[in-house]
Amino acid sequence: MKSQLMKIVLTGILSVGALPVWGQTGGELHFCLRGEPKTFNPILVDDDAAENVRYLTGGVLIRLNRQTQVLEPALATSWTVSKDRRAITFHLRKGLHFSDGTPFTSDDVAFTMRQLLDPATHSSTGDAFQSGQGNADIKTPSSDAVTITFPAPVAGLERQFDQVAIMSAHSPQKEMAVLGPFYVSEYKAGSYVLLRKNNNYWKHDSQGKSLPYVDSVRLDIQRNRDIELTRFRRGEVQLINNLEADQFDRLRHDMPGITRDAGTGLDAEQLWFNLSPASPLPEQKKAWFRSTEFRRAVSLAINRDDLSRIVYAGYAKPAYGPVSPANRFWFNSALQNPKHDPQTSRKLLAQAGFRFEGDALKDASGNRVEFTLVTNSGNKARERMATMIQQDLLEIGIKLNVVTLDFPSLIERMTRTFDYDACLLGFANTDLDPNSQMTVWLSSGENHQWNPNQKSPATPWEAEIDKLMRDQAAAISEKQRKADFDRVQQIVAAQQPFIYLINKDVLTAVSPSVVGAAPVVLNPQAFWNAEVLRIGPPTNLGAQK
Amino acid sequence: MSAVKLLRLASIAILIAIFAASLFANQLVPYSYSTQFREAPNSPPSAKHLLGTDPLGRDLFSRLLYGTRVSLLLAPAAALVATLIAGIFGAFAGLYGGWPQRAILAAADLSMALPLLFVLLTLRAFLPLDISPVLSISCTFLLLGLLGWSSSLRVVWASARSMRDSDFLLMARAAGCSRLRTIFKQVLPNLRPVLFAQFWISIPVFILAEATLSMLGLGVMEPLPSWGNLLRGLEDLPAVGANPWRLAPLLAVCLVVICFQMILPAQEEVA
Repeated sequence: MKSQLMKIVLTGILSVGALPVWGQTGGELHFCLRGEPKTFNPILVDDDAAENVRYLTGGVLIRLNRQTQVLEPALATSWTVSKDRRAITFHLRKGLHFSDGTPFTSDDVAFTMRQLLDPATHSSTGDAFQSGQGNADIKTPSSDAVTITFPAPVAGLERQFDQVAIMSAHSPQKEMAVLGPFYVSEYKAGSYVLLRKNNNYWKHDSQGKSLPYVDSVRLDIQRNRDIELTRFRRGEVQLINNLEADQFDRLRHDMPGITRDAGTGLDAEQLWFNLSPASPLPEQKKAWFRSTEFRRAVSLAINRDDLSRIVYAGYAKPAYGPVSPANRFWFNSALQNPKHDPQTSRKLLAQAGFRFEGDALKDASGNRVEFTLVTNSGNKARERMATMIQQDLLEIGIKLNVVTLDFPSLIERMTRTFDYDACLLGFANTDLDPNSQMTVWLSSGENHQWNPNQKSPATPWEAEIDKLMRDQAAAISEKQRKADFDRVQQIVAAQQPFIYLINKDVLTAVSPSVVGAAPVVLNPQAFWNAEVLRIGPPTNLGAQK
Repeated sequence: MSAVKLLRLASIAILIAIFAASLFANQLVPYSYSTQFREAPNSPPSAKHLLGTDPLGRDLFSRLLYGTRVSLLLAPAAALVATLIAGIFGAFAGLYGGWPQRAILAAADLSMALPLLFVLLTLRAFLPLDISPVLSISCTFLLLGLLGWSSSLRVVWASARSMRDSDFLLMARAAGCSRLRTIFKQVLPNLRPVLFAQFWISIPVFILAEATLSMLGLGVMEPLPSWGNLLRGLEDLPAVGANPWRLAPLLAVCLVVICFQMILPAQEEVA
């Protein structure tokens, strides 16, 4: 007993002695950008790499907390939105300075907003604020207050400011003077972007220590994900976002504790039928695809659990509808779980006038039900899903051909010639607000993939979606907006213009040398809280393995 | 019997065995190549699945035999198309010279200068979508055959040109042979070894070209297997390390290509 106690105490002492002295400030954080940032001007950002740089360097008035999905004060200590949702007034923090020492005032906010809303700038961030004819009125009643009045109500107005990095109106460094935790110190095209700590950053931790903790962040430009993973294993890269399921699974197996599954993400994989009247498809195919029962039957025949388990190694969830459960506010929790139910599927097909001859499904005119599903070549997961759906549909007598096309050819067929039967693709959702999906849901939208650019809604349910989407965009109360968009989700679930398949998990890897990482489903996933990340002792993960 | 001859005989025997196994795949395999055993994806070799299963749970042995059939039947067909085109136009250019020769050689040069892969991708995109996998793979190999003639044409042209001023053709013409008779009775028999050599060389080239297309996801359509799309399973090297039985398609391709190369010198010696 005594020796056992000694052993436990000794083990405890050794364990404590072996604990690394983590959480030091300073050091350099390393991770990769998957492409070249096209600009460092925050109002011109249009690509993922530049957006990541903007997130790490830009100071915003209001920040969406990526973990809680709640808006928090940042450069603005408070804000008020007018009842008609046309005007917003910000009260700014006092005594702040840009990274080059230039003082921060309401003039800078006004300058940034004028640049952003200038049509000549062609800013996609600014497009989100376009609400009606006319120009926004920007007033600066004092150096720490600014009021912006838009010509028409802007839905989700406050949220849009999460993307607006404030630029200096007076700094000689122009857009390179920033208010975020880091500033761009060096950039070598095709190689790396080096960010250094902004000593004028306004945030402090609970002990009053200035943030960020690390001295610099090196963003290596690395398009090849295998090389990124190899460098992570060697300890040269400390964080990885958006891992593929098989890479994540292997990494988890090789190095337990390194991988972080942040849970179901916002992105969905879906298939849809071509309902465009301009398509050159034979009339019988157009009739099948227009049938709601047919679309629902196909949806019911697909085994989403198998897709998740086999194609994504379990790191995906069957998709409920247009909004992932990860989007806590906008997800309609009343939607039914997607079921795999070939029996009901067969009944629906029989109701719609289809009949079974042996194992083959035929329509009322005796045509064998056979169609082609296209997807982009080179995407292993989609190709595998298509092959599994092929077998699922065979159970209800439908013969499915799978064709993979290079992406430009696929887009050509989807958007110009409309020469395809059905398509399997994924849509990336980076914004929580449904307003960012207006071009998908409005029948006149160019991303209304099943039948884009309609002059007037082709079906009553599309007309209802149009009305609901316009209503929610103009609604003053968030509750009303939620109710409208819940109804849109219900219509989509009932009509199945998009047959949602799975929502992929957000899979990341975090080196043990990084302290404080808490990956989330929203971008930028593993480094959303870069300002509070600390560096521990260097590790060679490959050697550990 | 020399070691080289022994090797050739062994190569022929192996090729015959592989051809036979693929031809009688229906009788030899326990399952359809498309049946998904979803409860057993990536399973190791067992009595139920001799070579294990692929990531979708399909029996790898069945897929390998059916894939061998697809690749070994269609690659020679594509090689035949390419060799015929090369033979006809190469012989014509070599024998008659002048502007037809310049035109044909210019076309061959242009064809060689084109990036074959991108031309294939473009043509593949123009194919109708609603065709069966069998027709699709036939089209793919036909395209390979129709586009893969240029290097063979140069060889045939060189041989034909060397024949143009030969004594036996001069004598044939002096004896009053018609052009057609000259071509069929004098030229073609002399070109035959060259054409055979080109045919045999082209087969592994087309097998590998289809494998390349499949690696890009543009070859044989699922669920039909081919060596090309089976080789796609090797993209993920660490996974192959964990499941070495997935190397079976690579071994099959290597074996067949080596066997064809072993047979080839015999044809050259005849030439």
